[in-house]
Amino acid sequence: MTFIHIGKDFVPPDVEGKVTGDAKYVEDFKPEGLVYARLLTSPLPSGRVTSIDASEALRMDGVLGVITADDLPPSSAPDDPVLASDDVTYIGQPIVAIAAISDAIAENAIDRIKIEFERRSFVTDPLESLVQFGPNAYPDGNVLRQSNSLEDENATIRGGIAEIKWPATEIEKFRNGQEPIGVDFADGWTYGDLDTAFSESTVIVEESFVTAGTPHHCMEPRSSMAYWQNGKCYFYASTQSQSAVVEPLADLLGIAPENVCMISENTGGGFGSKGRVYPTMAITGKFSQLLNRPVQLRITREEEYYLGVGRPGMQGWVKTGVRADGSVAAVDVIIISDGGPTGRNSASSSAQHLSVVYTPSAMRLRNIPVFTNTAPRGAQRGPGQNEMSAAIAPIMDKAARQLGMDRAQFRRVNAPHSESPVYENQGPITSAFMTEAIDKASEMFNWAEREAAPRQKNGRKVRGLGIGLGYHSAGGNGYDGLVRITPDGRIHLHSGVGNLGTYSYAGTARAAAEVLKCRWESCEIPRGSTDSHLPHASTQGGSNTIFTHTRSNWVAAENAVVKLKEIAAIEFGGDAEDYSIENERVFKTKNSNQGFSYGEAAAKAIELGGRFSGEEYPDDIHSITQRAVQGIAGSGLVGVAKDNLPKRGIAPGLMISMAEVEIDLDTGKYEVIDYIGIADCGTIIHPQGLAQQINGGAVWGFGMAGSERHVYDPQNALPANIGFYQAKLPTILDVPSNMESGAVDIADPYNPAGGRGVGEPSQGSAVAAVTSAIADALGHSFNRVPVTPDMIVNFANNDEQGSTPLAINTF
Amino acid sequence: MNPKLSRRRFIKGVIYSSAAASAGAGYYLATAQVNSNAVVERLLSLNINGQTRLVDVAPTETLAFTLRNKLGLTGLKVACNRGECGACTVLLDNISNYSCSLLTHTIKQRAITTVEGLRSVDGRLSAVQQAFIEELAPQCGFCTPGQVMAATALLRANSNPSREEARQALAGNLCRCGAYDHYLNGVMRAAELLS
Repeated sequence: MTFIHIGKDFVPPDVEGKVTGDAKYVEDFKPEGLVYARLLTSPLPSGRVTSIDASEALRMDGVLGVITADDLPPSSAPDDPVLASDDVTYIGQPIVAIAAISDAIAENAIDRIKIEFERRSFVTDPLESLVQFGPNAYPDGNVLRQSNSLEDENATIRGGIAEIKWPATEIEKFRNGQEPIGVDFADGWTYGDLDTAFSESTVIVEESFVTAGTPHHCMEPRSSMAYWQNGKCYFYASTQSQSAVVEPLADLLGIAPENVCMISENTGGGFGSKGRVYPTMAITGKFSQLLNRPVQLRITREEEYYLGVGRPGMQGWVKTGVRADGSVAAVDVIIISDGGPTGRNSASSSAQHLSVVYTPSAMRLRNIPVFTNTAPRGAQRGPGQNEMSAAIAPIMDKAARQLGMDRAQFRRVNAPHSESPVYENQGPITSAFMTEAIDKASEMFNWAEREAAPRQKNGRKVRGLGIGLGYHSAGGNGYDGLVRITPDGRIHLHSGVGNLGTYSYAGTARAAAEVLKCRWESCEIPRGSTDSHLPHASTQGGSNTIFTHTRSNWVAAENAVVKLKEIAAIEFGGDAEDYSIENERVFKTKNSNQGFSYGEAAAKAIELGGRFSGEEYPDDIHSITQRAVQGIAGSGLVGVAKDNLPKRGIAPGLMISMAEVEIDLDTGKYEVIDYIGIADCGTIIHPQGLAQQINGGAVWGFGMAGSERHVYDPQNALPANIGFYQAKLPTILDVPSNMESGAVDIADPYNPAGGRGVGEPSQGSAVAAVTSAIADALGHSFNRVPVTPDMIVNFANNDEQGSTPLAINTF
Repeated sequence: MNPKLSRRRFIKGVIYSSAAASAGAGYYLATAQVNSNAVVERLLSLNINGQTRLVDVAPTETLAFTLRNKLGLTGLKVACNRGECGACTVLLDNISNYSCSLLTHTIKQRAITTVEGLRSVDGRLSAVQQAFIEELAPQCGFCTPGQVMAATALLRANSNPSREEARQALAGNLCRCGAYDHYLNGVMRAAELLS
């Protein structure tokens, strides 16, 4: 199919504001009368608040009020409460919010609040809690028994607190890479006949692995600001979605959703951490309601590392069986997740990653989310899939080597295709073309020749090649699209998609322009504020926007085209089928003189009213979309529809990366000196945006591979990494000067525009390529990320590792 | 580029100096140490984007705070407030500086340029701004004004940098979206536009 917009670069309307400084983020809005809130946070990792005395603070000049948990709807463990009281579960947890006429006064007033606690035992390492007689993060237990599925990564965890303990002998075995026997698990799943599959295997590799928890490091902290006007709350937040935030926030504030106006024009990074309401938003909304003044709650960089959610670390054991032809027969995996205080974990999605990219015939997952008194955990770019990708790549390399098979060929033998069954239910996918992606990457990287050649050495510097695969479920359905043509001929492509900087809010709107066969210059994109009448949209996350919202834009534009033709038929006679569109005109196919412009048709739509101009709308659209349509009714021709297009199973976003690293054995530092990422993401919708996601994801991968991690002092549960330079994201000097990217560009049949997303797999494949390359260079796999310089130096010198073997949060 | 004012040397300095300040979360950095009885000149005349601006400045106020909160120049961002990230980068006499790590009272008559001051008088974007758009360099955009200023400082000192020189010049500006390659392409394109 030949497109006029899809697959072509364009200038997204918001990019100029970003280079001029005109783009506004939460802290840039300073309404008249703004006052400031600050947080008193817990100095203890675990306990209960027994008393709070804020009287001295309240007597200070300029202090306006305080809020405690008593002023908010109750919450129960293991939820992450807005303000803690009965269950204080980590250092830095908000307990009291205070508002004052200046930020400095609010900050100083915190010191005047007297607070008393009852202390409780605490734990930072999941295995320390899992061992018999080990401490529990909650008085009632140490693990989450989850009762709902986490298909939606941003969904609230449902489940209760339970206790599981393993004998010390089994913990020790688990730490040392052996399967623990006779122990309990909280959850898991299985498919296929595991015993038979292992019996078919020529090579069996059994290894343990650890991946660290990591902070999100969004450049814009999760600050928020709110004010009330005429009974309506105007809320400014850094969020990945307007739609997903409005209803829960309205619940928190005890008002109807139509009385929340969510403004989020630009979001300075989300990466999963801003997919839903973040708890501190309730403080801003509540304070502004109580004080009847605009209130800003600024979250500092340091606070981000305490109360911001992070990726859960995990510790595991995996046994992989591979047949003589290289096909993966069986994978048996145990995952102990660090669930922080909420139990949020990604064990199932980690295992699902294996089921998709290595397509084993049989699989088993057994897992436990263990509570720890560390930062709350949440979804982070490719949750589960990407850390598993990092851990498994060198292990699969080992299996390929034992078989004597080229590592790329090994991936190719197991690559998913359009008919591959995936996940625990062995369900279908929309399409996959990973064989083509592996071939393309191999050719561009010259893999076969480089892999066969001896590794370069330069004194104490050694080089290694790596290959990694990335996957994430990358496409939803069932959301709504909304387009409007006004009598001036302007075409308004309403977008409820958040703006994280992927430009997919605009890239997906181009699907509507494609259907309307209109010039891009004739289009504008109302977005960023629910007052701009935005349809129900997915969170901009989960790599799903490209697939999900090209579909919803497509169906809304098709609805508009049908109405254009019906209006023309009313005006010029005949049936709608007799009409065509071109050059922003609707006209009789057999006589193009009989027709009118889109603008004239829009004027006629207003005259006709009813469904033509949005006074009536389909029954199946979401209430958010209904309100949006009501807001624009009568102002033009309105195309609105729910995406009821067919979809078969999961829409996979897939990536392959290849990398070369050079490791200095004296310093332990390594550089990624060559890198390529190739996506299998259907039709390329926006080439520049795709390159941004592939390369940006790779930078994330380099960070996960080498430097980023949460670290806690086990004696006091104090986080040690509370700054950019400690936790530590890559700088421009940590990435290659040139990075290559590409895509197979084969359409997904379940999207009329052909695209699937890929923002998350790009990290997973990159981190895997680097861990694979490090293991290749050293002839040794740490089975752990990040691989830090001290680990490399110790290995090179045959010294004992200074770090605790295979522990998540401590070293 | 003046070796005495290299980015690396500067960053090292601000990281050490920020260690004490970063213990508190305060925006004013040293607010708690203010002696309210001290007599300090408050009204400053600053040269900002070619204009003289009079502003009431507290003794411990950072340049980032003054520009954003007193003068409404919100283009620069405060992402760390302790000299780690470069989102608050401005030019002082054409040299890039972290405005979060400078006290406004130390600026005196130096020429301050913020991202708002880069357009020409007829409203045209600067070469760096134009090139960043053409390369779609920004993603979330929060670090972008800082990247623009770092690139501008480089090109004002060296209008024909090598890719490696450009890489070094942007090394003090973090981008969590990982758009480094695209910013680098933007700097090289801007150099072409200027030539």
